[in-house]
Amino acid sequence: MSKNHSTKLFEPSLVKEALRQSFVKLNPRIMLRNPVMFTVEIGTAIMLGMCIWIFAGEKAQGSFAYNLAIFLILLITVLFANFAEAIAEARGKAQADSLRKTRQDTPAKKIFPIGEMYVDEVKIVPSAQLEKGDHFICEAGDTIPMDGEIIKGIATIDESAITGESAPVIREAGGDKSSVTGGTRVLSDKIVVKVTTSPGESFLDKMIALVEGASRQKTPNEIALTILLASFTIIFLIVCVTLKPFADYANTPITIAAFVSLYVCLIPTTIGGLLSAIGIAGMDRALRANVITKSGKAVETAGDLDVLLLDKTGTITIGNRKATNFYPANGVDEKLFIETSVLSSLADETPEGKSIVELGKLNPASFNAHNSKFIKFTAETRSSGMDMIDGTKVRKGAFDSIRNLVVKAGNPFPTETEERVKIIASNGGTPLVVSRNNIALGVVELQDIIKPGIQERFERLRKMGVKTVMVTGDNPLTAKFIAEKAGVDDFIAEAKPEDKMNYIQKEQQGGKLVAMMGDGTNDAPALAQADVGVAMNSGTAAAKEAGNMVDLDNDPTKLIEIVEIGKQLLMTRGTLTTFSIANDVAKYFAIVPALFIVSIPGLQSLNIMYLKSAESAILSAVIFNAIIIPFLIPLALKGVAYKPIGASALLRRNLLIYGLGGLIAPFIGIKLIDMLLALFM
Amino acid sequence: MNTELTGIIVTFIITVLLAFPLGKYIAKVFSGEKTFLDFMKPVEHLIYRICGINPAQEMSWKQFLKAMLTINMLWLVYAFFMFLYQAHLPLNPDGNPNMTADLSFNTAISFVVNCDLQHYSGESGATYLTQLFVITFLQFVSAATGIACLVALFNGLKEKTTNNLGNFWSIFTKTITRILLPLCIVVAILLAFNGSPASYDGKDTIVTMQGDTVQVSRGPAAGMIAIKHLGTNGGGWFGANSAHPLENPNYFTNMLEVIGQVLIPMAMLFALGFYIKRKKFAYVIFGVMTMGILCLLIPTVISEIHGNPEIAKMGIAQATGAMEGKEVRFGPAASGYWSILTTVISTGSVNSMHDSSMPVSGLMQMLGMLVNGFYGGCGVGFLNYFIYIIIAVFISGLMVGRTPEFMGHKVEAREVKIAALVTLLSAFIVKGGAALATYYFVNHGNADWAVKPNAWLNNPGYHGFSEILYEFTSGNANNGSGFEGLGDNNIFWNVSTGFAMIFGRFLPIIGPVAIIGLMANKKYVPESAGTLKVDSLTFGMMTFAVIIIITALSYFPPLVLGPIAEYFSIH
Amino acid sequence: MKKYLLPSLKLTLVLIIICSVLYPLFIAAVSKLAPGGGKGETLKVNGKVVGYANIGQKFTADKYFWTRPSAVDYNAAGSAGSNMGPTNAEYLKQVQDRIDTFLVHNPSVKKEDIPAELVTASGSGLDPNVSPHGAYVQVARIAKARNISSEKVKALVVQQVQKPLLGLFGPEKVNILKLNIELDQLK
Repeated sequence: MSKNHSTKLFEPSLVKEALRQSFVKLNPRIMLRNPVMFTVEIGTAIMLGMCIWIFAGEKAQGSFAYNLAIFLILLITVLFANFAEAIAEARGKAQADSLRKTRQDTPAKKIFPIGEMYVDEVKIVPSAQLEKGDHFICEAGDTIPMDGEIIKGIATIDESAITGESAPVIREAGGDKSSVTGGTRVLSDKIVVKVTTSPGESFLDKMIALVEGASRQKTPNEIALTILLASFTIIFLIVCVTLKPFADYANTPITIAAFVSLYVCLIPTTIGGLLSAIGIAGMDRALRANVITKSGKAVETAGDLDVLLLDKTGTITIGNRKATNFYPANGVDEKLFIETSVLSSLADETPEGKSIVELGKLNPASFNAHNSKFIKFTAETRSSGMDMIDGTKVRKGAFDSIRNLVVKAGNPFPTETEERVKIIASNGGTPLVVSRNNIALGVVELQDIIKPGIQERFERLRKMGVKTVMVTGDNPLTAKFIAEKAGVDDFIAEAKPEDKMNYIQKEQQGGKLVAMMGDGTNDAPALAQADVGVAMNSGTAAAKEAGNMVDLDNDPTKLIEIVEIGKQLLMTRGTLTTFSIANDVAKYFAIVPALFIVSIPGLQSLNIMYLKSAESAILSAVIFNAIIIPFLIPLALKGVAYKPIGASALLRRNLLIYGLGGLIAPFIGIKLIDMLLALFM
Repeated sequence: MNTELTGIIVTFIITVLLAFPLGKYIAKVFSGEKTFLDFMKPVEHLIYRICGINPAQEMSWKQFLKAMLTINMLWLVYAFFMFLYQAHLPLNPDGNPNMTADLSFNTAISFVVNCDLQHYSGESGATYLTQLFVITFLQFVSAATGIACLVALFNGLKEKTTNNLGNFWSIFTKTITRILLPLCIVVAILLAFNGSPASYDGKDTIVTMQGDTVQVSRGPAAGMIAIKHLGTNGGGWFGANSAHPLENPNYFTNMLEVIGQVLIPMAMLFALGFYIKRKKFAYVIFGVMTMGILCLLIPTVISEIHGNPEIAKMGIAQATGAMEGKEVRFGPAASGYWSILTTVISTGSVNSMHDSSMPVSGLMQMLGMLVNGFYGGCGVGFLNYFIYIIIAVFISGLMVGRTPEFMGHKVEAREVKIAALVTLLSAFIVKGGAALATYYFVNHGNADWAVKPNAWLNNPGYHGFSEILYEFTSGNANNGSGFEGLGDNNIFWNVSTGFAMIFGRFLPIIGPVAIIGLMANKKYVPESAGTLKVDSLTFGMMTFAVIIIITALSYFPPLVLGPIAEYFSIH
Repeated sequence: MKKYLLPSLKLTLVLIIICSVLYPLFIAAVSKLAPGGGKGETLKVNGKVVGYANIGQKFTADKYFWTRPSAVDYNAAGSAGSNMGPTNAEYLKQVQDRIDTFLVHNPSVKKEDIPAELVTASGSGLDPNVSPHGAYVQVARIAKARNISSEKVKALVVQQVQKPLLGLFGPEKVNILKLNIELDQLK
C-alpha cells in the first residue's frame, strides 16, 4: 500500500494554504464549533482591549509591552490551533484531489438513445456533463470518464491510477465484477457503461466534503470528549472568576492579563486545539491506505471492532488452490499417471486445472491432443476431462464421482488411493482422482496456499481483541484445517451469502461490532448489516452503496489496517487529553505563586521552578501553552502508535508516556522559556 | 511503638475485619439470600402492607428516583415545620426556643441530606422531640436513602441488560430493618454502658467542688450517637459533638464511634464485590480508596503530633502534640485520625475542633471532603466515586483505542455529560459559595444580618478564609463538620449552605443512578482482549490520578490562599 | 409523583414510630442497667453529688489540680472549643498569658516543662482530664498550698493515672475531678 502518498508531513504548498486558512478560521462563527478555542479567542480579544486601555493611559494593569506580549501569544495560540486543523484539512483535500484529478475533464463517448441523426447516437461530451443513468462507450485506450457499471461487454482495465497495482484486471457485464471507476483505463475490448453516480456525488466527492468541514459531523466519541473538555473549561472559568473575590480578601490585586493567562493555561487548549485535526487526520490516514470512508464515524467504529469476517480466497489463501502432489495408485507407472493428469487438465481453464499442468512440468505441445473432445465440468458429473481421438477417455474429478465411474465399469477402486483421498481431505487439501479408460490411476492433491505472514496478522488482531472469522465455500473438514493453519478463530464452511448475514446478526445480538468485506451484489445486505462494511472498489455498485467504506486496492486484508487506524484515532484523542490536563499541574506551579507572591511572600516556596519574576513566570507558561500545539501537530496527524499488547499494558504505557510525560515536560519547558526570557527582561 | 499510634492502627484493622463480613451480609440481604436476621421478614411485610407497597414491583431508574425524591421532599417539609415550632411541642424539658425560619430551612435540609451541618447547638437549639422525632429519624432514613440508591447502582451493574434497578421502598425499608437498626442497637447499648446518657431527664444542676453552680445537659443521646455514626450523619446531640465527654466518654467509645462511621461505607465496597460477583473490582477500589486516605491521614497525624510551631516558639512542652481544641483522653493521633476519617466519610462528627487543627490537617480535611469518595458517606461514597470512574473509563478507554465501556456498557456522550455536570456542580458550589461569602465580607461588612459579615470570622487572615472555604466544602460534600469559629447562624449562611447542601446531595445521587440506568439499558458488550479491565490495578491508579487531578486542579488556588498560605506562614 | 406520595407518607409515619419512639425507648430501658442508669455517672463526696465523672470542672485555686482552659468556663449547659486557629495572633497572646499565669503560680516549674494541654482550651470545654505530666507539674504548688509533702501528692497522682485502653491503645490520662476528690481526702 505504498502508492500515491505524499510522504512529507508539511508540504510547502499545503502549509501555505493552511496558514491562510488559520486566519480565515479566526472568524468567531467558525471558532464556535470548537468551544475550548473559542474561549481563548475571547481571551485574546480581551487582551487586545487591555492593550488599548493601557495605551489610553491605564496604569494599574502592568506595562504595555507585557500586555501586548500576552495578547500576541494568545493570538498565536489560536492561530496554531487553527493551523493544526487547516493542515489536516489541506492534506486530506490534497490526497482526495490527486485521486479526483485523474478523472477530470475526460472526454466521454456518451450514448444518446435518440440522437440528432440516429437512435443510440454516440457523441463526445466532457465527463462533467454525464448524469446518473447515462450510458457511455469505452474502447481500448479510453480513460473511463465516470464511475459506473458495465452493462454490455467485457474488457481488461488498467486500474493503476487508483490502486497503484500494475496488473490489469478484467471487468465484465453482469456478475460481481461489473463496476468500473472513473480515471481507470480500458486496455482491450469495448464496453458500454451506465453511470451510477451524479457528478459531485461520487464517494470521493463525499469524502472531500467530509474533510473540508462543511459537512463534517462530529463522531460520537468526539462529541463526548468535547463535552468533557467543555466541562473542564467551565471548571477553570469558575476557578478564575472566583479568584477575584478571593484575591480581594487577601488584598492582592491581580491584573486582567494574569487572569486571562491563568485561564488560557488551565483550559485544555492542547487537546482542544488539536481535536478536529485528529479526527480529520484519521480519515486522511484511511485515505492514504486507499480506503474511502463515507463518515468519520465509520473510522472510529473500526477501532471498536470485535469480529472480522474475511473471505478465505484471496485473503487468507493466495488466490486459488494449487496442485501440490501426484499420488499414483499401486502398480501404476508414475509417468503415465502424471501424463494422464496433465492431459485431463489441458483444456481446463480453471486455475486448479492450470496448476496441474504446471506441476506436471510436461510440455503441452508434446501431447497429441488435437481434435480431442473436451469434456466440461458439470455439476452433475462433477468431473472433467478429454475424449482423445484414439478413444482414450481421461477424467479427473471428485472422489465419489470418479469412483462411480470406475466401479460402474466393473473395475476395482484401489484401496490405497481411497486412503490417500481421506488423508488429503483431512489435511485441508482437495483430492482429485484421475482415471484413464475408467481405471483409477491415482489422486492429485490440491492445496490451499496460506498467505505468508497471515498468521502473524491474525495473532496481532487477537491481541487487539478482534476475533477473525473465515468464510469459505469449502466443506467443514477442509475449512477447519485451513482455519487452524491460518490461525483464525472461527470459520463458516460451505457458506452461502445468507450465512454471512446470519453470522453478523448473531454476533451483533451478543453486543459485538462486526466488520466484513465484500464485493458481490449478494454481499450488499451483509455489508449494510455489518457495523463496518468495506466494499471493494471492483465490486458492484450495490455493494459499494451498502458498505460504509470502499477499498480502492481491493485488498481484503485492509480491514486490519482500518482497525488500527480507528484505534489510533481514539488513542490520539485520549493521550493528548491526558497530556493536556497533566500539563496544568506545572502551569499552576508557575502562575499561582506569581499571582500572590507580593502579598504572601511565604508562597515563594511554591515557586519550585525558581522562575525569575511574576511576569516572566506568567509569560513562560503562556508561551509554553502556545508552542506545545505545533509541537504536537505531527503526533496528531500521524496518530499515536498502536501496539497490540493488551488493554492494561497499553494503558500503562500511554499513561507513562503522556500522563507522566505531560506532568514533567512543562516543568522543563517553562523553566527553559523562563531562562530565555530572563535574557531579555 | 507508642500507644496512640497503635490505637489508630488497630482501630483501622478492626474496621476492615468487621466491614468484610458485614459486606458479605449486606450482599446477601439484597440478593434475598438467607441471613440470621430473617426473623425481621414478618415485620417488613407488615410495613409493606400498612404502607400499600408491593415490594416485588420493578422500578426503572426514573421511577426509582421519583420515589426517592418524593419521600425526601416530604421529610423536608416535615422537618422544617417541626423545627419552626419546636418550642410549643412536647418533650422540651429545657424550654428551648423555636428555630428561626432560615435556621429551620438550613437544619431541615441538613438532616434530610445526611449532611448534619449544625448552625445551632444541640443543648440549647433543639428539643428532645426534634432531636428524636426529626433528627434521629432523619439520620436513619437519610442514610438508608443513600444506601438504597447505591443498591440501585449495584442492580444496574449486576444484570447484563436491564430496566429494573429494584424497588426503592423495599430496598430502603430493608436497609433500616436489616442493617441500620440492628447495628445501632448494639452500638447504642455499648455507648450507654460506657457513660453516654440515654434517659429522658432534662438538664441537671450541680454545685462543683469549688462551689460554682453549673448545669449539665443530658438526654436520650446514646441512640442518636449510634445512628449519627453508623449512618455517617455526624450531627451531634451536644454542641461539641463527639468531643463532648458524654457523647464520647472514653477511648473505647472513641474507637467504637470512629469504627462505626467507617463500617458501612467500607462494607458497601465489599458488598459490591459479592453482589455483582466481581470481588477483584471491589478490592482494587478498596485499595485505591485506602491509599487515598493514607495520603491524607499520615501528614495530618504527623503534624498534629508535632504540635503547633507557633506555640513551640513560646518554649513550652508539646509532648502531647497540638492540644488546642482536642481532648486529653483521645490525644492528637486519634484526633487526627478521626478528623480525616470523618471528612472522607462525610460523617462530619468531630472529636476535636477542626478550626484549631494545624494548617496541614485543615488542608487534608478539606481535600477529603472535596474528593468525597474515599469510602465516602453511606451509599453516596461509592456513587461519588462512580463519577470519577466514569471519567477515568472515558479517558483511559480512549487511550487504549476503543470506545470507552464500563462492565460491558458503552460510555457515551450522555453519560459523560452527566458525569461532567456533577463534577462541575461541586466546583461551582464550593468556589461560587466561597466567592460570594468573601465578596460580602470584603465589600458589605456591615450588612444587617444576625451576624454581620465583619463578625463572621473567628480568626483573621488565611485561617479566616479557610473557615469560609471549609463551610461550603462541608456543605457541598454533605459532611457537616465545620471550622466552627464561623459565625454561621444568620440568613446568609443558613440560606447559602442550605442550597449548597441540597444540590450537593441530590445531583450526585441522581447523576450516577441515571448513568447506570442509561447504561444498563444498553446492549451488553462482552469483554475482549482489547477491553479495558476495570478491575486491574492500572485502572485503579488511573481513577486515583483522575481524582487527584480533578480535585487538585479545580481547588488549588483557594487552597493556596487558605491552609497552604497559612502553612507557609509558620514554616 | 402523586403515585409515590401516599406510600411515602405512610412509610414515614411507620418509621417515625420505629426509629424515634421504639428505638430510643428500648435503649433508655436497657441503659437503666448501666452505671449511672443512663443519666450520666455522678461522683459523690459524703453523699453529696459534686459532679459528673466524665465532665470536667473549673479548678483555679492553688490547692487543687487545675483543669484545662475552657471556652465555656466548664458550664456543661453548653459545650464548645475556642475555635482558635493555630496562627491567630490574638490567640497566641492568650496562650502566652496563660503560660505567664501558670509560671506565677508555679514558680518552681521551668517554662519548657509546661505541657501544652494546660495552656490550650479543650474541644468540648469540658475536658475532665490532663496528661500525667500535666498533673506532675502542679504537684509542687499543691504541696506548698496544702503544706504536705510533694512525695505524697505525687504518689496520689501516680495512683490516679489511668492507663491506655487495655494498656495498649490511646494516651494515659488523669481525671482531675477524681484526683481532687482524693486530694481532699489526703491528710
